[in-house]
Formats: sequence, C-alpha cells, structure tokens
Amino acid sequence: MVFIEQNDNVPADVSLELLSRARELADNLGLEVEGVALGYGLQNWLPNLGAYGCDRAYALEDERLAHFSSIPYTKGLVQIIQKHQPRFMLFGATTTGRDVAPRVASTLQCGLTADCTDLQIGDHKFKKRSYQDILLQIRPAFGGNIIATIVSPESRPSLATVREGVMKKKETHSPPTCRVIQESCPWESGDFPTEILEVVRQAKNVDLKTEKVIVSAGMGASSPESLKLVRELADLLGGEVGSSRPVVDGGFLHKEHQVGQTGTTVRPNLYIACGISGQIQHRAGMSEAKRIIAVNSDPEAPIFDIAHYGIVGDVNQVLQRMIKAYKQKL
Amino acid sequence: MSLNMLVLVKQVPDTQNVTGEAMRPDGTVNRDALPAIFNPEDLNALEEALKIKDRLGGVVTAMSMGPPKAADVVKECLYRGADKGILVSDRGFAGSDTLATSYALTCAITRLSGFDLVFCGRQAIDGDTAQVGPQVAEKLGVNQLTCVADILDISRDRIVVKRQIENGYEKLAASLPVLLTVTSEANEPRSANAKRVMGFKRIVCCEDAEGTDCWPCEPIEHIKQWDIQAIAADAERCGFSGSATWVKKIDNVVLTARETKGIENSEPGISGLINELMEEHII
Ligand SMILES: Cc1cc2nc3c(=O)[nH]c(=O)nc-3n(C[C@H](O)[C@H](O)[C@H](O)COP(=O)(O)OP(=O)(O)OC[C@H]3O[C@@H](n4cnc5c(N)ncnc54)[C@H](O)[C@@H]3O)c2cc1C
Ligand SMILES: Nc1ncnc2c1ncn2[C@@H]1O[C@H](COP(=O)(O)O)[C@@H](O)[C@H]1O
Repeated sequence: MVFIEQNDNVPADVSLELLSRARELADNLGLEVEGVALGYGLQNWLPNLGAYGCDRAYALEDERLAHFSSIPYTKGLVQIIQKHQPRFMLFGATTTGRDVAPRVASTLQCGLTADCTDLQIGDHKFKKRSYQDILLQIRPAFGGNIIATIVSPESRPSLATVREGVMKKKETHSPPTCRVIQESCPWESGDFPTEILEVVRQAKNVDLKTEKVIVSAGMGASSPESLKLVRELADLLGGEVGSSRPVVDGGFLHKEHQVGQTGTTVRPNLYIACGISGQIQHRAGMSEAKRIIAVNSDPEAPIFDIAHYGIVGDVNQVLQRMIKAYKQKL
Repeated sequence: MSLNMLVLVKQVPDTQNVTGEAMRPDGTVNRDALPAIFNPEDLNALEEALKIKDRLGGVVTAMSMGPPKAADVVKECLYRGADKGILVSDRGFAGSDTLATSYALTCAITRLSGFDLVFCGRQAIDGDTAQVGPQVAEKLGVNQLTCVADILDISRDRIVVKRQIENGYEKLAASLPVLLTVTSEANEPRSANAKRVMGFKRIVCCEDAEGTDCWPCEPIEHIKQWDIQAIAADAERCGFSGSATWVKKIDNVVLTARETKGIENSEPGISGLINELMEEHII
C-alpha cells in the first residue's frame, strides 16, 4: 500500500514513483497495489492513478483534511492499515511522509525504515527462523559512507519512507482505471489540534529530475566567471545548472540546484561535473547519469572514477572550449 | 508564567567528518575512530528552549539515552544553560531502533512530573531517521510540530511556529503540551557559559532508583542516571528485543569504477568529444 500524498489535489511525484515500484514488486509476488489518500476533492484525480499501476485507492474525504496535519492523518492512516492489513506500507520521504509515518509506525508498533533509496524483495534468516519474500529496505547510513539493508519481518506491515527521485515513475500505456473506495473515519473535534494559519509554497523554478542535460558547478567552478560559463553551456545545450552542496551552502546557487544525497537525485542523459571533487554524497545523486563528463584540474579527483569522459584542466578554459566547439557545429 | 521544558539530546559519531582514519582498509567505518559529538540539530533544539526560558522563565531539563559517555552531552546542556540533566542508560538498551528508543525515552519522560514543551532535533546524523521525535510524541499522546525553523510566538498555552516544507513553509499554531523537532535553520546556538562550565565541570551521574521527581539542591549536584528499572520499562520492549527493524547487512559504497576515456584539454580534443556526443544524440 502506498500513501498518496497530495498538495492542493496534485499527487506528489514521489507517490507516483512509489506506485510504479510497488507495481513491479507486486507483480513478482502476485499481490495487488493499493493506495490511500486523505484530502478533499480526491475523486477528481484518484481514478487516474491506474496509469501508475494502482489497482485500488482508499479515499478519506473531509474538508479539514485538505491540507496535511499530523494527528488526523495518523488516525486515518492507522484505521485504513488496520482494516486492510497491507504487507508493505510505503511513504515518500517528504516533510509530510517523515512527519506522519513515524507516528503511524509507533501506533502500530511496527518497524519503519527512513529515507530508503531502493526496495527489493528477498529472504532473511535469523536464529533458525526464516522469512520469505520480505521487504529489503536499502538506505545509505553514516553520512552516506555505507549502505545498509534493513528488514522488519515481524512487522505487519513493514513501513518505509522512500526518497523522491530514486525510483522511476512509469506510466503504463493502456491505463486501467483505479477503483476508488470511499472510506470513513470517526473524526472528533479533538483530532484537529493544529491550526494551519498559512501555507506558502513557491512554484518550483528548477526541476532537475526532468532535465536531460545538467551542467553542474562544484567549488572549483564557484567564481562568478565560472558560474556564468556553466549557465551559458547549460542554456546552449537546453539543460539546467546543477551544483554540489558547498556551492549551495556558500550561497552561490539556490538549493533547488543541489545534486546529491541531501539534494536531488538525477538521471540525465548527460551530466557535466565542473570542478566537483566527487565525494560519495555527491555521487549518490548523479552516478546513474547515462554519460558523465568530469572536468577537474586535479587528475586524482575521485569524480574521474565514475566519469565516462575525463578532462583534466581548468574549468573556465574547458567550458569556453566546449561552448565554442558546440556553437561551431550548430 | 514559567514553562516546564524538556530537551532530548543525543551523542552521535561525527559522520560528517569521516576521514581516512575512520575508514578501515576494507572500506567499513571504524566507529571507534570517530569522535563522539553533540548531535548538531539537538543544539538548535536546546537553544530554542533556552531562548524561551530567557524570555518567559521556566525550567529546562536535558535528557539523553545512551552509554555512560553520553553524560558528556547532558553536561554540555548544563554548561549552556539547562537546569537539570538526566542520563537514561542501561545495557538493555543496546541495539535499539527508533521504536525501542522512543519507548524508553517515553518511559523516562513519564517519570517526570509533566511538561509543557518537549524539544528534539529534527534528526540525528548517525541514522538520519528523524523518527524518534514523532514516535515519542505519539507514545506520550501529545501533538507534534516537526521541522520547526522558527518559533513565532509562545504563551502559556499556545505556540505559533514556522514549519519548513518543500519549496516553502507553513505557519502553524498549537496548544501546549506539544513536541517540537527543530532544524538547523532555527537559530545559532549559544556557546557554553564560562561560569557554568566551572560550576558543572565536576558534576557526576548518580543512580537514582526512587520514583520521585525532585532535585533537592539548587544548583543541582548531580545528573540523574536512570536504568530500565528506574523508568519502569518493560525490558522486552527495550534494546534489540524491542526493535522491529533489524540490519540484514551493511555494504560499503563501492564505486562502479568506469573505463574513463581521457579527453585532451585542447580545442581539437574537446571538439571531438562534442562531435561524438552529437552523433550519439546525447546532446
Ligand atoms: C551528510 C552529508 C550529506 C551531504 N550531501 C551532499 C549532497 O547532497 N551533495 C553534495 O554535492 N555534497 C554533499 N555533501 C558534501 C560532500 O561530502 C562534499 O563535501 C561535496 O560534494 C564537495 O563539493 P565540491 O566537490 O564542489 O567541493 P570540493 O571538495 O572543494 O572540490 C572542488 C574540486 O574542484 C577542483 N578545482 C578547483 N579549482 C579548479 C579549477 N580552476 N578548474 C577545475 N577544477 C578545479 C578541485 O580539484 C576539487 O576536486 C554531504 C556531506 C555530508 C556529510
Ligand atoms: N538516544 C537518544 N537520546 C535522546 N534523544 C534522542 C535519542 N535518539 C534520538 N533522540 C532525539 O530524537 C531526534 C531524532 O533522532 P533520530 O530519529 O535518530 O534521527 C534527535 O535529534 C534527538 O532529539
């Protein structure tokens, strides 16, 4: 079962990504994929989730649920989970998912694994007991220096939050519709202890996840001159500017541009890493790009280990040469 | 008006500075070689509590669960302005996941005579789970406000906060008691106060099995240390036996080292690369 997070009646990308992955896992196990959504006006879009592999969606409708709030969402989710007994319960690792999932898991006294980057099905043996077809929850730990596989075989369900962008959203071509089942929950006035005074959300200006070409600036390309060249090349190639974390922390670029473990996970056709050393936490967000070009003055920089093409040299010079070469071919 | 505030703080290995020495030749992390530090966002949580105390008065109690060495972070809280300190420590807590940790912390909090505000860091850098706060709130049966980046208003019975969300924020109001998880955006934590350091430098932990919640001396003479019995916890729900999540395996992050094609940093070299990418319709 997937928690379908909605904001202003638009399902979160990560929920659709989770449905797609849940579909693959369910097909292997002969299970069904269910969704659960809370909000107001859900009927308008819940049926469309069939296109992402959702067989059935449970809807909890109430005006007071239009915007996320911890206590009523926990109560609704706990009720649906207890009634329908899913084997696995997945949440996006967003500020919403990471607020409500622990509270739900605590109520159910079930295991919850935070911020997974991969989900698999497998077996586990522990002290003479063996468990088949359980959820293997894979996540980086220790600041990204190790990868841990976590299991919670005695929990029904096993709960996990999954990071946005690590699973691929897949639309099936002949969309079957998703059956929507209205559920009810006995809300009381005490179930809404938090007053929502204001919600401010800027539209995303940059969405690295959907870009085909990303030209990314690290600390070696953080001077105004380098950043101008990075921007110029990105525009020329019809792509977007990415960055490493210190470039964002230093205030050179907005957080939306950050790639990596604590930034966005990207899979473009082409990733050009300019003046990026290539620490584990950065690579975690870009190593699956189809082609990686690394530009760095230090031939020993770890970024070269995962690059398809390596250019040792000064970023400004290399970027100027790339811009010139591309313009000549147009 | 005076508020009764509790801050939950954790001692963590410094995962943000994993240097060569902390990585074993086989690529695994040598925890012992990592310095133990005060979880960064717990300092922000403490600072918010101290700010409220400065403005409105009140009592700030710091509590940590961990091995005896975790007394260091409780002491640090006293240095910075906390009034009381509690260390929850027992071998039986070893191997706790967030479910077992939040259970033990809740038992310990229940031994106190009530509170208006509980502060946690948003997440601890060893596991980055951000789960313990909401799970403690659920077990205590109180409301929660997570990812708090600013406290906009506070009175005896109501708090207004700014909560960080994706691409924006929410402004939320809730009545007390409530549990908050605080992010690093919230403040710049104060440093230790020299006079308080002198006063508390030699403070030690003292086991305290009785079920009372009074600190007879002012300033306090010791950090209270509670074990499983002292917090009346069910040993089955603590430590590994109380944990629903188990680590199946740990892998090192392996580089899928690629055949890297070296491109000469010259006009012909780069022009050739651009050509190749265009021919393959990459760009
Ligand atoms: C918990 C945690 C999470 C993290 N999350 C992220 C994350 O999401 N994303 C992220 O990116 N990082 C993250 N980091 C930080 C990460 O560990 C690195 O510190 C960071 O990626 C380094 O950025 P950088 O390569 O730009 O800078 P540096 O490491 O300073 O490297 C700069 C590079 O530029 C090269 N250079 C300098 N001058 C030139 C020049 N003129 N021409 C060419 N090359 C030049 C240098 O040789 C060097 O290799 C995280 C760290 C932690 C602990
Ligand atoms: N062992 C502990 N002792 C005290 N507080 C803790 C402990 N573990 C977690 N916390 C609190 O819960 C927050 C979130 O931790 P975590 O869920 O581990 O990311 C921390 O920032 C602390 O405030």
